[in-house]
Amino acid sequence: MTEPLLRVENLVRTFGGITATDNLSLQAAEGELHAIIGPNGAGKTTLITQLTGQLQPNSGSIHFGGRDITRLPAYKRSALGLARSFQITSLLRDFTAADNVALAAQAHDGHSFYFWGNARKEKHLREAAHATLSRVGLEPRADVIVSRLSHGEQRQLELAVALATKPRLLLLDEPMAGLGVSESARMVELLKELRREVTIILVEHDMEAVFALADRISVLVYGRVIACDVPAAIRTNEDVKRAYLGEQHAVTRHD
Amino acid sequence: MLLVVEQFLNGLQFGLLLFLLAAGLTLVFGIMDLVNLAHGSLYMMGAYFAATFVAWTGNFLLGIVLALGASLLLGIVLELVALRHLYGRDHLDHVLATFGLILFFNDAVRLIWGPAGLALPLPAWLTVPVQIVPGVFYPAYRLAIIVVALAVALGLYLVVMKTRVGMLIRAGASNREMIGALGINIKLLYTLVFGLGAALAGLAGLMQAPILTVQIGMGENILILAFVIIVIGGIGSIRGAFLAAIFVGMIDTLGRAFLPDLLRKILSSAAASTAAPALSSMLIYLLMAIVLVIRPEGLFPASKR
Amino acid sequence: MTASFNARNAVAALVVAGLVLLPLYSSLSGNIFILTLFTRIVIFALAAISLNLIMGYGGMMSFGHAAYLGIGGYAVGILAFEGIGSGFIQFPVALASSALFALVIGALSLRTRGVYFIMITLAFAQMAYYVASGLARYGGDDGLTIYKRSDFGGLINLSGKVQFYYLCLFCLLGGIYLVWRIVNSRFGLVVQGLRSNEARMQAIGFPATRYRLVCFVIAGMMCGLSGALNANNTDFISPAVMYWTRSGDLMVMVILGGMGSLFGPVIGAIVYLLLEEFLSQLTEYWALVMGPLLLLIVLFGRGGIMGMLGRSGRD
Repeated sequence: MTEPLLRVENLVRTFGGITATDNLSLQAAEGELHAIIGPNGAGKTTLITQLTGQLQPNSGSIHFGGRDITRLPAYKRSALGLARSFQITSLLRDFTAADNVALAAQAHDGHSFYFWGNARKEKHLREAAHATLSRVGLEPRADVIVSRLSHGEQRQLELAVALATKPRLLLLDEPMAGLGVSESARMVELLKELRREVTIILVEHDMEAVFALADRISVLVYGRVIACDVPAAIRTNEDVKRAYLGEQHAVTRHD
Repeated sequence: MLLVVEQFLNGLQFGLLLFLLAAGLTLVFGIMDLVNLAHGSLYMMGAYFAATFVAWTGNFLLGIVLALGASLLLGIVLELVALRHLYGRDHLDHVLATFGLILFFNDAVRLIWGPAGLALPLPAWLTVPVQIVPGVFYPAYRLAIIVVALAVALGLYLVVMKTRVGMLIRAGASNREMIGALGINIKLLYTLVFGLGAALAGLAGLMQAPILTVQIGMGENILILAFVIIVIGGIGSIRGAFLAAIFVGMIDTLGRAFLPDLLRKILSSAAASTAAPALSSMLIYLLMAIVLVIRPEGLFPASKR
Repeated sequence: MTASFNARNAVAALVVAGLVLLPLYSSLSGNIFILTLFTRIVIFALAAISLNLIMGYGGMMSFGHAAYLGIGGYAVGILAFEGIGSGFIQFPVALASSALFALVIGALSLRTRGVYFIMITLAFAQMAYYVASGLARYGGDDGLTIYKRSDFGGLINLSGKVQFYYLCLFCLLGGIYLVWRIVNSRFGLVVQGLRSNEARMQAIGFPATRYRLVCFVIAGMMCGLSGALNANNTDFISPAVMYWTRSGDLMVMVILGGMGSLFGPVIGAIVYLLLEEFLSQLTEYWALVMGPLLLLIVLFGRGGIMGMLGRSGRD
């Protein structure tokens, strides 16, 4: 069997007494769209932040492209081709949309210890930015300051910023969060296109989107993968049903 | 040996004094998230109030009590007029605004009391040396400072740990949103906490007054020390402030007392006598730098924001 | 928005023109004092510009920036005292020692964030202050008189009032130009991006600390230059220039003028020092007015003077 693009083995992360990631193993093959679902508090975002290097695991290992990246800082992982979007929109709010994307391109265009030339006039960075913006349908809004963009536009920009780093693996943390129906549909279309070019790990609550897009789905409960299979099999999996039904009960009781 | 005991007590006394100052600062910092550079001015005002009221009433204790009340009142007024409008603003705004308050207080004092310092003479019953262990005498007044400061620290501990207000204070220091959610009158709580901090600063100032001269700018050096303490201790942590204050007080005092002799053993005596004061002043800053490099959030971070 | 942008530019252009023409006014009116005053203002404006680079653009709230005023000043003072009068040695030493100091304290301080960063930079500056107080050979607490200003051969005479003023102005304008280039460069965008959202910048592949550190060192060197000029201006250097209230003064100038705007700190320095001068002539108790004024500016004038003139499109 060939080496998968991403291989996570026996990952453990605890906060105080709580085990957020519990001996978790996961693989994503080159070219697949691998969705991660699970009830609230299952540790999805904790997993993503460990994959990107913002959080260090207590034990276990992460291999990317055959290389052990468990202890690499975030910026080095990005250089290797790992990109993420944030669940809660995390952009440079006082910069324009084009600036945000151009900076991502700049990060992967050699070092940035250039003190003299005007970076906003570097043609290839600007062109790359505009090309990426038009891919996500944001080109007309290129020169708008991020804080003046709508929530949906900011979600699209999140994706554009991640894409501009020319990643081999895209980690998308709830890209549909807070989107309206038509915006969600547009995002699904976009992801359908993207999956042809890049391996994607998608964390998402929108089940319709997940089952429409995913090659495989991993179900996370209490920091553990309880099932990992193709969508059709996950749909009928008894453990998964129980986990989700359990959560729904809990939710209705609290409300 | 005698000298060691005496310097040790001096260190403790200075440390406790620093704690009184740092406690108010760390509460205001931890709960209201306010960087108050003017805290040192409140310390200075406490000393000036004491010198004035003692001279006016002719009674040391009565004067001190009046000065304490005046400090509390000044703190409350200051909070109501100016500082409450700064909550929720950027730390830099705090620095700028309270820097302005320092300028104001320094000149206000110069206008009212004149540029020359004041003296606060001790009553006779506080100037006698007390025999603490056979053969070791220690000034009664410094001993009184230790006792009062320890009592205040204990009182503060009880208030913070055992009372409802204290519970709110602790909740506020570790999670500011929470007390808002509890439906507490936050404005009143903030005013009270600030007034308490001001009274503690005033108490530190007026207790220090008979030992040093009461003068303009006396609050500035010691303010920086108090900041060093709360940073070492971890912002918002009373316990951290207490331990760090004792630690800093000891290091500063013992350093000043013994470093010259130590240095003389290594350097020529001329070089040692000039290098020692500088080096002992530096010690605390060095300590803080080391602590922050190793633990960037202080020794006892009160909150995990 | 275009109109407000122009207002800011117009003010900046007026200020530059005024500063350039000042010696002319001084000699025509016979008012020498104003030239002395503005030499001081221009020197402190350079220091404020450098602080703005890290504080306004880089988000690094240094409360120890006056340390470089001292380091630059002592480089000149000590070398002069030891008989090395050449400015071609004194100034490079001033810049190099400032850079070295910035490199060391920056590498340590940048491990911390927020208020802790404010405090650790303050602590390092205070250490520098006490080191200077301990330099018995160079006057200790009392400071060191500089009997001869830096000697630049026949190139420029620092003892000539007008020449020295223009040298300082040249350094200030050069500093502003440098900051302008940096802010718009690749490096500058990275540093500003880090101020805006560090996690995002790390995620797209920028190592935060090394960019911040280089920025910190550049600002330190600029302020060191200001310190070297200041020592020449006052013919004297003492630990007092490094005292924490001096760092506070610099911060006030930057915030007053408008953080993160190119000309803001210059205007802040002019307004702050002129106000100080004006009020101290008016009354002995000038700080009674200045203090509450600062408070009012914070409460009602957000974004400093440049902020009140309106925001520009980009910064």
